[in-house]
Amino acid sequence: MLSILRAVWTVFLHLFKRKVTVLYPEERPRIPPRWRGRIILSRDPDGQERCVACHLCAVACPVGCIALQAAEDEYGRRYPEFFRINFSRCIFCGFCEEACPTYAIQLTNDFEMSEYHRHNLVYEKQDLLISGTGKYPGYNFYKVAGLSIKGKDKGENENELPPVDVKGLMP
Amino acid sequence: MEDKKLVTVYIEDKPYRVRPDQSMLDACLSLGFDLPYFCWHPAMHSVGACRQCAVKQFKDENDRKGMIVMACMTPAGEGTRISIKDPEAVEFRAKVIEWLMLNHPHDCPVCDEGGECHLQDMTVMTGHAYRRTRFRKRTHRNQYLGPFVNHEMNRCIQCYRCVRFYNDYAGGRDFGVFAAHDNVYFGRQEDGVLESEFSGNLVEVCPTGVFTDRTLKMHYTRKWDLQTAPSVCVHCGLGCNTIPGERYGTLRRIRNRYNGQVNGYFICDRGRYGYEFANSATRIRRPYRITYGKAGEKIENALEEGKVLPHVKSLLQGAKGIIGIGSPRASLEANYLLKKFCGPGNFYAGFSDAEFNLVGRIISVLTGGPVKAPALREVAEADAVFVLGEDVSGTAPMLGLAIRQAVRQKPVEAVIKSGIPAWNDYAVRQAVQNDKGPFFIATSAATRIDSLAEGTFHGAPDDIARLGFAVAAAISPEAPAPDGSLPEAAAGLVPRIAARLREAKRPVIISGTGAGSRAVIEAAFNVAKSLFDSGKDAGLCYVAAECNSIGLGLMGGKSLREAVGAVRENRADTVIVLENDIFDRLSAPEAEALLSARQVISIDHLPNHTVSMAHTVLPAAVFAEGTGTFVSNEGRAQRFYRVYVPAGQVEESWRWLSEFLAASAGAKFFTVDDVQRAMAGELPAFGGVPAAAPPADFRISGLKIPRQPHRYSGRTSIHADVDVNEPKPPADPDSPLSFSMEGFDGRPPSALISRFWAPGWNSVQAVNKFQSEVGGRLRGGDPGQRLIGPAGKEKSLPYFTGIPAPFTRLEGKFLVVPLYHVFGSEKLSALSPPVSELVPSPYLALNPEDAGELGCTEGMEIRLIVEDVFFRLAARLDASIARGVAGFPLGLPGLHGITLPSWGRIGIPPGVREAAEESGEDRA
Repeated sequence: MLSILRAVWTVFLHLFKRKVTVLYPEERPRIPPRWRGRIILSRDPDGQERCVACHLCAVACPVGCIALQAAEDEYGRRYPEFFRINFSRCIFCGFCEEACPTYAIQLTNDFEMSEYHRHNLVYEKQDLLISGTGKYPGYNFYKVAGLSIKGKDKGENENELPPVDVKGLMP
Repeated sequence: MEDKKLVTVYIEDKPYRVRPDQSMLDACLSLGFDLPYFCWHPAMHSVGACRQCAVKQFKDENDRKGMIVMACMTPAGEGTRISIKDPEAVEFRAKVIEWLMLNHPHDCPVCDEGGECHLQDMTVMTGHAYRRTRFRKRTHRNQYLGPFVNHEMNRCIQCYRCVRFYNDYAGGRDFGVFAAHDNVYFGRQEDGVLESEFSGNLVEVCPTGVFTDRTLKMHYTRKWDLQTAPSVCVHCGLGCNTIPGERYGTLRRIRNRYNGQVNGYFICDRGRYGYEFANSATRIRRPYRITYGKAGEKIENALEEGKVLPHVKSLLQGAKGIIGIGSPRASLEANYLLKKFCGPGNFYAGFSDAEFNLVGRIISVLTGGPVKAPALREVAEADAVFVLGEDVSGTAPMLGLAIRQAVRQKPVEAVIKSGIPAWNDYAVRQAVQNDKGPFFIATSAATRIDSLAEGTFHGAPDDIARLGFAVAAAISPEAPAPDGSLPEAAAGLVPRIAARLREAKRPVIISGTGAGSRAVIEAAFNVAKSLFDSGKDAGLCYVAAECNSIGLGLMGGKSLREAVGAVRENRADTVIVLENDIFDRLSAPEAEALLSARQVISIDHLPNHTVSMAHTVLPAAVFAEGTGTFVSNEGRAQRFYRVYVPAGQVEESWRWLSEFLAASAGAKFFTVDDVQRAMAGELPAFGGVPAAAPPADFRISGLKIPRQPHRYSGRTSIHADVDVNEPKPPADPDSPLSFSMEGFDGRPPSALISRFWAPGWNSVQAVNKFQSEVGGRLRGGDPGQRLIGPAGKEKSLPYFTGIPAPFTRLEGKFLVVPLYHVFGSEKLSALSPPVSELVPSPYLALNPEDAGELGCTEGMEIRLIVEDVFFRLAARLDASIARGVAGFPLGLPGLHGITLPSWGRIGIPPGVREAAEESGEDRA
């Protein structure tokens, strides 16, 4: 009897406490910028795809929900021929973002991905690729990697000497 | 190794018993220690160039100070005392790798070596992580090196392994090191295709990504994403062990699979790059039957699943006599089931008649003679080699590489006697200089290994055979000598060859089916027998043309020409052709007669002339899509495993035939093991086949062995575009391997090694961890089971006496002999786009004097008529060809359907000579 009264009293007191629930979706919660939500593929500052199809995100993925195939343009720049994330398997651990050497794959603070059919959660490259640099502006992998691509010859990187003249004899 | 004295060395103050004829690096790696290295390679030994394997050496147990030495240059002497973990040595190694990395580009993500990079492994092993230098990085321009190897010179760490392999080990001459000090550059003198047929090994030899697989680059996949299984190369008869890798249903690359007895660390470019025929868009993927429309046009009617067998059954029930044509490129199991299905009397070996006889003779010699057939490694260790009639560099390239090593044996032995250890590679090479051991070669035309030979002879096959008989007679008086004289060049060679072979301890005689001459094969036997009788540990190595030639030879059967007879005489109206193009084996009229049977069923993987004439076509699996056994030229049965399940209704040939058997009320075979058991029981020659690899129910701790590495990625998304529910992994009743990343994660038995990987060793250098000692056998013995062996001395065959008459030129005729090319002579590899780039255009090689008499010049179009078959070819003048002989590059596109050697007529089409003269005048 006493315990019931105590419970009623406790509930009554809560009437005067601050509300924790929000009226989602009319009212939006604040999502911190480092939230691990929907995954995107970003672009270099010069607008090219950042992903170089190194397969590190795929191998880091604990649930194996990333599959891709590397391809190369005529100048030797690597890009993914296809890039697929099965979000119905993704656990949003962020390992792919940690593994990415080019800041291409990033987790965003969008979490509203519900679907009625699981196959709608399979995202291909066109669904993943955004038009900006995402969280990491400025970084351009090909500016520091010693591979020549269109518009950047050998020795034109930051921190590189011009190509060696093999026939030179100077000490 | 038991005969050699062992010594005690101390590593971290613990005693170990090791062989004294090795360096401390060898010893450490054999004992399982992780010690980083770059310039050392187990097949090429030590030069002490990279300074990466530094360890601390102590004088004795009281020495606490010690000195830093390079393990690879320190002999494993009695009482040698080293420490790998000594802090100073650890720091030294970390510094060395930091220097090596100064100029290494920041491009692992886009480097094909990434994930299987020795430099990555060693960097992690030594602990270097951040580049501290502020200076700018050196850069290099790349070269185009042909369709096989990609060049990215920025990644180089100057270990010199590439030149040491390409020039010193494989004898290449178009590759080198250029420039000076820290600018050194490894490449060719100018852009161009690498000439060596072993250039692909640079990919595995290079510890980093300077040389990478260009064909893999076209459909790149990391090592950890490749589904792999042990396999055997199908592009010649040597049976090199390989590891094909698959991703997304296509074959991505071939890697070498170490087998201490067979291919060791290397394979040839034909084996490495010939795989892409498996991915061809023209592959037969679904069964179909041909019907004819109203206008007589052919209509392909696809046979749905479940309709194939009823169709075949109705065919077979209506048949009045079924004959089966086997194939030297199909597995033993498929050939056996075809033989079982048709009955032994109706099974015809799918060789040309000439090859049928040659292979039969080789088998009778290897089983009836006293001399063993050496494994490739034994050839490489021979101290005298005599090649009779076989252009090994064209028909079996790895044998050429083995001969190249054998030629060094004798001089190296002398150097070792003078006190220089064999592992001290630079010192040994300096001491050897250009000394060569005894090696003689007699072929129809110059070959790529002639420059190694002490003596060469080029002539017609009969003269080559006579040279062989004469050498045998000079070694042993019991052997018959040829009557009459030899050609001058050969006569001078006979005493030299005989004397040098008699001096040798382990001479090897090499011949094969390449010359197309039975007398050559018999002459080689006589030489080997004469050496054996004089007490030598001789070897007799025959080259067989295809991956299962010897296996099919052991299977028996009748010759193809008899099959033509059976169809012509209406003894058979249904022909089953197993993975074979009859037009390569018979002349076109005969092949057409054979395929004019009422029903022709062809089981094959790619369209060819035979398939186009068949009435029912069933899609067969290629080597990487099926499980089975091949028998190599030394009689070694080797198992190859299904790497991936092919798309479409493709089945292994033996499985189609097993269905046929079931349809005709015979017993059905469900697994490869069932077939092998039946085969071993029925045919005693194949008694050893089941022992070639563990059976399908073999388990380790109850687990299967995974085909996928434990890091295999994307298993929940590979098929997600088709179906978001992951499919069940395919079952594999035929092997202890699973199509999964789950299973036993340790070192499997040697026949089941799907990849070389060990913790901390992602690159192919992990093979050290699979060997009982570095460069030796795989743990548990090298895979493969020898099916044939020599007879006892008493029971041996006598010397052959069928010595041919000397070759004499015929007026107006030429003896057309076959020539071979690494790329082009073998049909399947030539279908791979990168290989097809290097296939020479058809030609006919003529002696310049003969050409002068004919009035033809280099490149002029000529006509050749052999056995009523007509060819238009470009003339190529070759001074090494004997007069009256014409060299015909058999197997190049369009050049088949004749049996060589054979007499032919050469003519110059009207107008060609005039046109040539005119253009000559224009030039003048």
